[in-house]
Amino acid sequence: MIVFENVDKWYGTYHALNNVNETIGKGEVVVICGPSGSGKSTLIRTVNRLEPIQKGRITIDGRDVNGADVNVNALRSGIGFVFQQFNLFPHLSVVRNVMLAPMRVHKVPEKTARETAMDLLDKVGLAHKADEFPPRLSGGQQQRVAIARALAMKPPVMLFDEPTSALDPELVGEVLNVMKQLASEGMTMLCVTHEMGFAREVADRVIFMDGGAVLERAAPEDFFQRPQHPRARKFVADIRH
Amino acid sequence: MTLDFAAILTPQYTQWMLSGAMTSLALFASAWVLAFLTASLLVAIGSAPFRPAQFTVATFVEYHRNIPMLVQIFVWYFAMPQLLPDAWTTWINAHNSEFIFALIALFLNSAAYMSEDMRSGLRSLPREQMEAGRALGLSYLQTMRDVLLPQAIRAALPPLINQSLALFKATSLAMAIGVAEMTYASRQVENETYRTFETFAIASAFYVTLSFAIMALGAWVDRRNQKAAGH
Ligand SMILES: Nc1ncnc2c1ncn2[C@@H]1O[C@H](COP(=O)(O)OP(=O)(O)OP(=O)(O)O)[C@@H](O)[C@H]1O
Ligand SMILES: [Mg+2]
Repeated sequence: MIVFENVDKWYGTYHALNNVNETIGKGEVVVICGPSGSGKSTLIRTVNRLEPIQKGRITIDGRDVNGADVNVNALRSGIGFVFQQFNLFPHLSVVRNVMLAPMRVHKVPEKTARETAMDLLDKVGLAHKADEFPPRLSGGQQQRVAIARALAMKPPVMLFDEPTSALDPELVGEVLNVMKQLASEGMTMLCVTHEMGFAREVADRVIFMDGGAVLERAAPEDFFQRPQHPRARKFVADIRH
Repeated sequence: MTLDFAAILTPQYTQWMLSGAMTSLALFASAWVLAFLTASLLVAIGSAPFRPAQFTVATFVEYHRNIPMLVQIFVWYFAMPQLLPDAWTTWINAHNSEFIFALIALFLNSAAYMSEDMRSGLRSLPREQMEAGRALGLSYLQTMRDVLLPQAIRAALPPLINQSLALFKATSLAMAIGVAEMTYASRQVENETYRTFETFAIASAFYVTLSFAIMALGAWVDRRNQKAAGH
């Protein structure tokens, strides 16, 4: 369970997160949306400490992620993060991309790491690309490898920052399908995305942000049919075109 | 002028030259490995978001880039023994001290240059690579070693090959403190035979051949990387 309590963050003097209070239950799938610059990336990046916060508290299962006793590497190894630009390691083969963190962080023996990696690549439909290098894959394939790479650490929580925004429209579906499968398996997911179809099908809740603040939270159907806040209304109208 | 290679290819002189060639190669190979490892370490330390670390590495690099190589060799050979603990000096003197001090001076100097090449390779990489490594739970040093440095080294391969050639040629400076490498051996043969041209023709052939071999090896590594990366 992830809990944000009165979270404030500034970039210099810019107030990027404004008193955020949210609770994401175990196994919940929460979609975060909002206009560009509203603080969506900033919010999910605070969960695994890619961004520090200046006020408030973020806890995962009761533990303060910014606590003095928390080892940042151990914390991050338990939180999968998927980037908009995939950020695979181009000098390593696909299977090596997936094996690296388990071998280095959890000291998993090479053979076991490879077996796990192959299972995960199979799960995202890319076992046949195991020995290929990332630059040779399509964007959709790269993003699926990136998801497999994050899953290799067996994280109980997955964060997605616009995982399909950099993809050609015809490649979006294959990535969303993998995410839907994860959701159906009970993964706790916090996804920044504007994919309405995905939100409607699998999200338990939609959070709407603007200006660093959460302005609305609602069930997906309600949010897209009957947004309440004027800015949410404008936003929904905009993404419908 | 007539060339007479027979005069210098007696068993005695051939032996001197061969032994000189082996010493040059040993000096180059060991200095290269140590320089490469040290350079990697310098880049990892110097790129950390920690001012004193950056400053220390920058000072190291500037010292080695701005003082002539020969002076650095003299500093190690003549000055350092006075600063090192006695036990170390005794050990080094018992183990070919000329070779060891030349090796230290050469590899530290080369490490400074190589680290600058690697650093510019590092700067050419997307910032997100570090973030991707750290987000998986890898430490800063693990991300450096497994993610950034391999890519930085590939990006910096041409200047690193040049630096390797410079290091190979710089091994000849070790003769100044009496390391019996190729140039030293050639001087010795030339002294005894007065066959100046022949002697240095052989030495030149040695340096040219090895330089080409280093370049060919570098080109091969580059081609292999390109193929692996799918370009
Ligand atoms: N490292 C930074 N330094 C200074 N300002 C930043 C930094 N990162 C983000 N910001 C600012 O903080 C605000 C929120 O940025 P954020 O990336 O969280 O928005 P977002 O909702 O993810 O937008 P987008 O949809 O464009 O990705 C923006 O105004 C942005 O310019
Ligand atoms: Mg963003």
